[in-house]
Amino acid sequence: MTSTETRTMSLTLRIWRQRDRTKKGKMVTYHVTDVSPDMSFLEMLDVLNEKLILDGDDPVAFDHDCREGICGSCGLMINGIAHGPEQTTVCQLHMRSFSDGDVLDIEPWRAGGFPVVKDLAVDRSAFDRIISAGGFISAPTGTAPEAHSTPVPKKNSDAAFDAATCIGCGACVAACPNGSAMLFTAAKVSHLGLMPQGQPERDSRVLKMVAQQDAEDFGGCSNIGECSAVCPKGISMETISRLNHDLLGALRAGGVPTS
Amino acid sequence: MTTQPAQRRAPKTGRFDNSVVKKTVMAVSGIIMILYLLAHMVGNLKAFSGPESFNSYSGWIRTIGEPALPAQTALWIIRLVLLAAVVLHFWAAISLWRQARRARPVPYVTKKRVQQSFASRTVRWGGLILALFIIWHILDLTLGAVNPVGHDSTPYDRLVASFSNIPITLFYVVSMVLLGLHLRHGIFAATQTLGQTNKRRERAVNGLAYLVAGVITVGFLLVPLSVAFGLID
Repeated sequence: MTSTETRTMSLTLRIWRQRDRTKKGKMVTYHVTDVSPDMSFLEMLDVLNEKLILDGDDPVAFDHDCREGICGSCGLMINGIAHGPEQTTVCQLHMRSFSDGDVLDIEPWRAGGFPVVKDLAVDRSAFDRIISAGGFISAPTGTAPEAHSTPVPKKNSDAAFDAATCIGCGACVAACPNGSAMLFTAAKVSHLGLMPQGQPERDSRVLKMVAQQDAEDFGGCSNIGECSAVCPKGISMETISRLNHDLLGALRAGGVPTS
Repeated sequence: MTTQPAQRRAPKTGRFDNSVVKKTVMAVSGIIMILYLLAHMVGNLKAFSGPESFNSYSGWIRTIGEPALPAQTALWIIRLVLLAAVVLHFWAAISLWRQARRARPVPYVTKKRVQQSFASRTVRWGGLILALFIIWHILDLTLGAVNPVGHDSTPYDRLVASFSNIPITLFYVVSMVLLGLHLRHGIFAATQTLGQTNKRRERAVNGLAYLVAGVITVGFLLVPLSVAFGLID
């Protein structure tokens, strides 16, 4: 048995520091010691920030909330991979995925639609605007209905649920060589479009949401698949095919891509 | 930390401003070009049946529908459809390329590839090189302007003259390999863009992409390599 003392790690971090939206940022090097392999990546950053605060320096700003992998607040590029080397969120990424002496480059999501607010925190309200363009149903739902009153094929409910696991973290945009938000948009279009409650707005939803994703300075999808490979929820590229199918169907039905 | 929410940006309302519509233009024009490539490849393979067969096939393309139609009618219809496909394919590609550049104004200091294929990564630059190849190819074998035996020759003579030259053959081989890579990603992407892929079909679609890309690449390489190695002269 090795004691916990001998298993702690020392790391060199190169972190993107940027005062605000308008200032230019740069990579700054920090050293952290006594990192336990059982810490999450965010806890390791907390240790760094405590040290920075005690030294009278400005702590590194990063977004986080639930730290359970379900809220979608956290998200960092670690050595060039969104959410780091494991396919999960950075709050659920543990330091045992790294080795003593590693040098880690930590950057914010970089996208025209995600301006940097400070350091590693980016403004993801573009996602909210894509949702408000069409990611909802207008049917009054009231209380939960009797489950058998509207039968949904198992295949559809499973696919809708898989799409609905999207937490809107933005890793798909961060990883995409085109800076496209198509996986996010497709997940939202899929999860509503596969359910009976989502049918009335199915055509207008896809037209408005795609138009908004384009307007928010996100890129177009070139079917490379980097998004799905880093998605903490493993949302499939199949959802993008479904979005394309729905959009072309809506245009054939005479829809106009407006908002 | 408080953030000031950015203003909601008004979406553009034109049908052709929509990125998925641009991708559809790319997919459909690509499919038209693939169908042409298959027909072109079959025509090329006539070189194995000898000069008469190859030259008479070339003559037949120029006389389809005669005497009901004037000479070269079908040929010019094919050429105009192809030209439109190339222009639209190029427009969609440039437009999406520019959108992608706007979408990442500040590059990453470190960025790793997780799963992207070589074919998908090279699709844009490969496409540009292929566009240059097509221009040279028309000047060489259709017009004969840059061909060693010139324009006053039979198609078969131009074919043999070009591919007896090692640098020209190498350029052709490199272009055909790029074409194969372009098609491998393009066929998958077109199927996805037209909304026809899903998890169940993924293997089949990728298999089809490899098959068509492989057949076209090998089919187009057979004739020039046969000339280069002296099997056809």
